[in-house]
Amino acid sequence: MHSDAFDRYHHHDSALHRLDPRIKVVMAIAFIISNALLPDGAWMAFGLAWLFVLLASALSDLGLGYTFRRSFIVLPFALVAVTVLFSIPGNPVFQFHFVMWDFTITDAGLLRFVSIVIRSWISVQMAILLVAVTRFPDLIHAFEHLRVPAILTTIIAFLYRYLFVLSDEVIRLLRARQSRSAAAAGQRSGGGVLWRARVSGNMAGQLFLRSYERSDRIYNAMLARGYAGQLLTLNPHELHGSDWVYAVAAFLLILAMQFVGRF
Amino acid sequence: MLYSPIAPMHIPDGFLSIVISVICWAITIVTLGVAISRTNKSLGERQVPLMGVMAAFIFAAQMINFPVAGGTSGHLLGGALAAITLGPWAGMLVMTAVIAVQGLLFQDGGLVVMGANILNMGLLTAAVGYGLYRSAIGSKFTTKLTVAGVAAWLSVMTGALATSLQLWLSGTANIGVVVPAMLGVHALIGVGEALVTVAALSFILRTRPDLLGERSASAQGGRGWILTGVLITLAVVLLSPLASASPDGLNRVAMDLGFIQTAQTANGPLAGYIVPFLSSISASKIVAGSIGVIVVLAIAIITGRSLQTKKPNS
Repeated sequence: MHSDAFDRYHHHDSALHRLDPRIKVVMAIAFIISNALLPDGAWMAFGLAWLFVLLASALSDLGLGYTFRRSFIVLPFALVAVTVLFSIPGNPVFQFHFVMWDFTITDAGLLRFVSIVIRSWISVQMAILLVAVTRFPDLIHAFEHLRVPAILTTIIAFLYRYLFVLSDEVIRLLRARQSRSAAAAGQRSGGGVLWRARVSGNMAGQLFLRSYERSDRIYNAMLARGYAGQLLTLNPHELHGSDWVYAVAAFLLILAMQFVGRF
Repeated sequence: MLYSPIAPMHIPDGFLSIVISVICWAITIVTLGVAISRTNKSLGERQVPLMGVMAAFIFAAQMINFPVAGGTSGHLLGGALAAITLGPWAGMLVMTAVIAVQGLLFQDGGLVVMGANILNMGLLTAAVGYGLYRSAIGSKFTTKLTVAGVAAWLSVMTGALATSLQLWLSGTANIGVVVPAMLGVHALIGVGEALVTVAALSFILRTRPDLLGERSASAQGGRGWILTGVLITLAVVLLSPLASASPDGLNRVAMDLGFIQTAQTANGPLAGYIVPFLSSISASKIVAGSIGVIVVLAIAIITGRSLQTKKPNS
């Protein structure tokens, strides 16, 4: 497996790629908070928020449909919000009968449900764009600048660095399990669920020990290279004038969204 | 696909209100602050690479699945396993890193609601998982593993209950539906979690017993964790049936506290102020609830006693 197997970064040389990662992180979070603050049924503001996503996509050279195509990840979770369709009191819009229950969708419920799904859908597109235009180490570095404790960012950096190594271990374990689980076609093979769970548990235990011992080797190797408790970077971030221009513009757009949504 | 979301517990952005998101972030930040100062005190710089690689381990271990029935499969979530093997504070930091990467890199869970996701899947699972396991740390092999299994199952249920309560308080879901649905699904997911956690611990105990022995990080957590674990367990045991059986009562309380603005149109401004909670629950339910509390307390005390008397023998 390559080291970038889990990477979501798409390299281009666009204005958004060059923007300081701190500005990108702060603006993405401000945008998502702004979405959460918009009242239900603020359609104009939701539309503006989506335009904001499209504008950012245009600046990123990734194509306007890039975030849209990947945004369906939130849809399964919308299932939990389905109950508000029926539970909020309001004028009935649609009634139907299912097995032995009567369901009534109310206008207030529909408004709330659609608002929740739109908010979530627009917010996730910004998060998708953020990791597509920012290298993950830069992202971690930005969080460090934003006062996230060094111990956490270091753990996250290690997680990112060794994830593909341990994924290789898992793939080897899974392949080994597959090759010793041969079965004749049409015949039942292997034990029950309990047995299968135990096999998986042993694999997890095996992986734990391999990871644990690997961390020892990693630590010794790091000591040998002069590790003294913190990770250093050769890529210090500096804020330029153009970074501030983008930050102010994005902030004004977010304010405009709030203004349109509330008045 | 190398990464696929595994359990319906990662809340995306937009599903929690700002108030609930901020409250969850506050709890998470305070707990993580304590966790960081404790790990800094008790562990050297050696521990940081260990926790980093262990975070990658939890992430990778979530890919190990086993077929259960009808195309569904069991997985490890890892909160309890991380806390049991690394100690509670380190376990919390490791799970926080896992959830942060799931949210940041894979959009499995939102950014602004990440405080809630860390609380549900990292902090609560680690606290319950470790707390219950801590009560059996000196006992025999089988007892220890049985308690670890129960702890792992409860850790999943705790996370699911906390998630559904946050969704309900944000006005995103109806409590009478979301609590039974989430707990029902996670009761099964929790069984997979328990089986894999027990098998993994048993494997580690047989091959590297020193990693879980008396001088390991796993045994460093104080006795206070037992109390934390029992208290959270009690809260889950008491709240789950209450939320499923009399959602209206809890709904009224939440409305009076101003959490659910959307439902306010149903009531007059002062409607809920006359003993809102008790009026909607009948006396029989209160009696049943009290009996439940007493039974659970009795079981907890008896288990605690029996574990204490066992300890010198083993």
